[in-house]
Amino acid sequence: MKKEISNIPDFTKTVPIDQVNVEERVAKLNTRSIKKESKMFALKLAMQMIDLTTLEGSDSPGRVKQLCHKAMRPYSSDADIPKVAAVCVYPTYVRIARETLKGSGINVASVATSFPSGWAPLKTKLEEVRYCVEEGADEIDMVISRGEFLKGNFSYIFDEVAAVKEACGPAHLKVILETGELQTLDNVRKASDIAMYAGADFIKTSTGKISPAATQPVTLVMLEAIRDFYYKTGVKIGMKPAGGIRDSKTALRYLVMVRETLGNDWMNPDMFRFGASSLANDLLMQIIKQQTGVYQSADYFSKD
Amino acid sequence: MNVTDQQKRYTLDFGTGWAYDPAPESTDHISLKKKYGHFINGKFVEPAEGNYFETINPATEEKLADIAVGSKADVDAAVKAARKAYDKVWSKMPASERGRYIYRIARMIQERAREFAVIESMDGGKPIRESRDVDVPLAAAHFFYYAGWADKLNYAFPGRTPAPLGVAGQIIPWNFPLLMAAWKIAPALATGNTVVLKPAETTPLTCLKLAEIMQEAGLPDGVVNFVTGAGDTGAAIVNHQDINKIAFTGSTAVGKLIQRSIAGSGKKLTLELGGKAANIIFEDAPLDQAVEGIVNGIFFNQGHVCCAGSRLFVQEGVADAVHQKLTDRLETLIVGDPLDKNTDIGAINSKEQLDRINSYIEIGLNEGAAITQSSCSIPSKGYFCRPTLLQNVSQASRVVQEEIFGPVLTIQTFRTPDEVLEKANNTPYGLSGGVWTDKGSKIFRMTSGIDAGVLWANTFNKFDPTSPFGGYKESGMGREGGLHGLLPYLKI
Amino acid sequence: MNKRLEVKKTYKMYIGGAFPRSESERYYSLKDKNGNQIANICRASRKDFRNSVVAARKAQSGWASRTAYNRSQILYRIAEMMEGRASQLAEELVLEGLSSKKAVEEVNEAIDRVVYFAGWCDKFQQIFSTVNPVAGSYFNFSVPKPTGVVSVIMPEKSSLLGLLQLILPAIAGGNSVIVLLPQNNPLAGLTFAEILHTSDMPGGVINILSGFREELLEQFASHMDVNAVIYGGSDTESLKLIQEQASKNVKHVVVETSNNFFDESFKNPYCILDLQEIKTTWHPVGI
Repeated sequence: MKKEISNIPDFTKTVPIDQVNVEERVAKLNTRSIKKESKMFALKLAMQMIDLTTLEGSDSPGRVKQLCHKAMRPYSSDADIPKVAAVCVYPTYVRIARETLKGSGINVASVATSFPSGWAPLKTKLEEVRYCVEEGADEIDMVISRGEFLKGNFSYIFDEVAAVKEACGPAHLKVILETGELQTLDNVRKASDIAMYAGADFIKTSTGKISPAATQPVTLVMLEAIRDFYYKTGVKIGMKPAGGIRDSKTALRYLVMVRETLGNDWMNPDMFRFGASSLANDLLMQIIKQQTGVYQSADYFSKD
Repeated sequence: MNVTDQQKRYTLDFGTGWAYDPAPESTDHISLKKKYGHFINGKFVEPAEGNYFETINPATEEKLADIAVGSKADVDAAVKAARKAYDKVWSKMPASERGRYIYRIARMIQERAREFAVIESMDGGKPIRESRDVDVPLAAAHFFYYAGWADKLNYAFPGRTPAPLGVAGQIIPWNFPLLMAAWKIAPALATGNTVVLKPAETTPLTCLKLAEIMQEAGLPDGVVNFVTGAGDTGAAIVNHQDINKIAFTGSTAVGKLIQRSIAGSGKKLTLELGGKAANIIFEDAPLDQAVEGIVNGIFFNQGHVCCAGSRLFVQEGVADAVHQKLTDRLETLIVGDPLDKNTDIGAINSKEQLDRINSYIEIGLNEGAAITQSSCSIPSKGYFCRPTLLQNVSQASRVVQEEIFGPVLTIQTFRTPDEVLEKANNTPYGLSGGVWTDKGSKIFRMTSGIDAGVLWANTFNKFDPTSPFGGYKESGMGREGGLHGLLPYLKI
Repeated sequence: MNKRLEVKKTYKMYIGGAFPRSESERYYSLKDKNGNQIANICRASRKDFRNSVVAARKAQSGWASRTAYNRSQILYRIAEMMEGRASQLAEELVLEGLSSKKAVEEVNEAIDRVVYFAGWCDKFQQIFSTVNPVAGSYFNFSVPKPTGVVSVIMPEKSSLLGLLQLILPAIAGGNSVIVLLPQNNPLAGLTFAEILHTSDMPGGVINILSGFREELLEQFASHMDVNAVIYGGSDTESLKLIQEQASKNVKHVVVETSNNFFDESFKNPYCILDLQEIKTTWHPVGI
């Protein structure tokens, strides 16, 4: 149960973010050298943090089922490889995913609110959210109306997120900022604050449909926004970078950022997720490499 | 800010969970001789009086090599070699050729970069991440930058015909051994001078490795000479009759002694001395980045930095927030083995320096300071110091007035720009300063108001060969780096 | 008609924009070569010097923060006022022992030198500033800023042109000065103080003392609130003493050994640079 947040900040004011310093901080964090046991630990943790995602126009029931199996057992030859956190699909596939994943402990997440553009009346968006929850979604990934945000209509975004949160009922709400369209880190910070104060359980970088998707500087700024929110309220908000994180090396760099910005309380799938699909296989290859000492080939790992 | 009055803080857990395994940089490619003589006239030579001292690894307290003690006779031999090289070779050589030698040196440092970084960390205690990413690349860049000046000096000072001074005597400190050697040697050579340089007694090794590069580069004998030793050796250089120029980087106390000893000698002088820089955080600053700037300002190189942002001034409205962020940030700083790639804060350079830092912490506590230290564990062997914050200090506190040269930050608060400007300038030093605010006009008001040679606005501890560095007041005279860095080595 | 009894001039020092006698009330007699009394001259004490430093420190930041254009105009104004009192200055130089011709030449050159440095006030910064192409996303620039308070020990010769050549580079660059005039040739310098007073130059920027060099030399070089000392002369013992004392607070020491200030080589901006600190500012370039 979330406690009541008082003292909502004035979102017309901007929390200044200095881009060059953020990039330098990221570069410095990227020099962390992760070896041996700490690497294996991180690879397995990253696997557990994945929202295994398929969001294509060409998605089919077969493909969604296949993805769910992959989620439950990423590597058929080794039962020790942990399963992922969630499977993320379009609303119409929630039910199939729900059924396939039954009893696995893996959550079903669905994008809603006219993903990816968000161009729909609020009423329609809320109906979509309720539909997803009824179909069995545990988690809702909404998009904010970037058009309204860039216009400076911040209260619209706040009310939109708050309304979606209400529509979510028991489902967890991840708010996608689509940072690639927000352009500046000041905007990323502002959108993060609005989303958190309006009721987001997670804030998420991107839909994956816009380039750039997740970047390290954007993620760092969002992690720092989460930290400030926690300092102020004591409430821990989750973080999900999505899109563009394809290899283990990058994933580990994200984990280093989380570790050194928010600490151990965020180093679990309840507080941090990767929105990704191909990352899972690269993590697998690295885990097997760590176990066997032999560099792996993608040909030995199923694509879906 | 009164620490006891703070509201309940929500704390972050950096102490448990995922920790990085040791990631030591390999040392098997490093070859050090057991014993090093001076580098005079292109050759390594035994010291005239036959005495040696040990240079140790401050992280392990183990001996790395025996180093020659430079006597007056050694210094004299070095100066003679430098004079001869100046008269016979270096001043006669076409400037473009001089430049090409310097380019070669730059390239060879790049080729042997990792070796230099490892030795620098072993001998001086600085984290390999810094020696690898900062010291060595910047040293190479410095040679590269000045190499190009050698045949362009006539364009540097319109209306003048620049000429070299002759033999330059150079004395450098232990905090950036190779980099300071580069800062001294590169402009001296580019302007046509020859060099006798003394590295610091605790960190002579990278200089002696640089001597190997001078040999490999085919630099004419005597153009660069290294004499190792402590204060007496330095004094022999300062007082040598046939030296035209003294360039010194080190403490203000020694700088004053040098200025006094060369009085009336006609030697030209450059001094890069101490500092006690103000790092000023306004409430409209990008706070998370400012906190990184504070950390980089005071904990870079264990705080062994003359331009360190050792006096933090935070505007009252954000003082609590900054302190909370800073306290949490301390917990993520990794203190330990300098050769571990993840180490943020390495070893204090010497036992003497560690004692000095600890005594200042003691002084601060006796003056009533509130102390915050990282809870990290530190190695039992070697010289280490936890990153330290001192609050409840005033302008009158010794820890605020005096240069500590260690990972110790004093924190004061302020209300108005005028107040903080007055406090920032209320020091005999004037080397550097930092200002953090999102407001452009305030930046320029503050940076022009602080009497210091280098001002970092929304950044700190940045260095570049093209950027002049040096201080006002008791922080020294002359500049190193950039076009202005040529002037101390020229008659114009 | 009876010859009118002339009004003799009392020469006083110039400290902080006022014309005090020495606080010590000491004086010395200035005589011409025939031994006739010319005037009584204030013999500045160490305390007079100390007061001058206080005045100079107080005035310096205000002077430096005026626009360069304004400083330039004030220097030009000095030249205008000198022109009006050229004959008096020349007469005083004659009293100091110059021929009339030489005296007029020196006054003319002195006025021209003021105009010359007036012109540099808003230009030397452009010569000595740099934008530094650092390897990173930073805007980095270096500009000259005044060193601060400068004490000036004049050589015995060239009491007017020499005075101007030693102080103008400091003043044009935004410093404030305390000058010790030549012991035996102080007249033109003291009259110059009166010219300053009528030329919009703020009080305290230029402070002019008369007195005994050997009494004040050490103070000029050792005072902890003085940032640089200019020594006009070539006495090696004095220079050594000055440089030793200067080390107490790491003062810059500028030495001028020449006696011929007519030399064209004095017309350059590099003497301004001697009393400038290069200040470098970094700022990130980002969004």
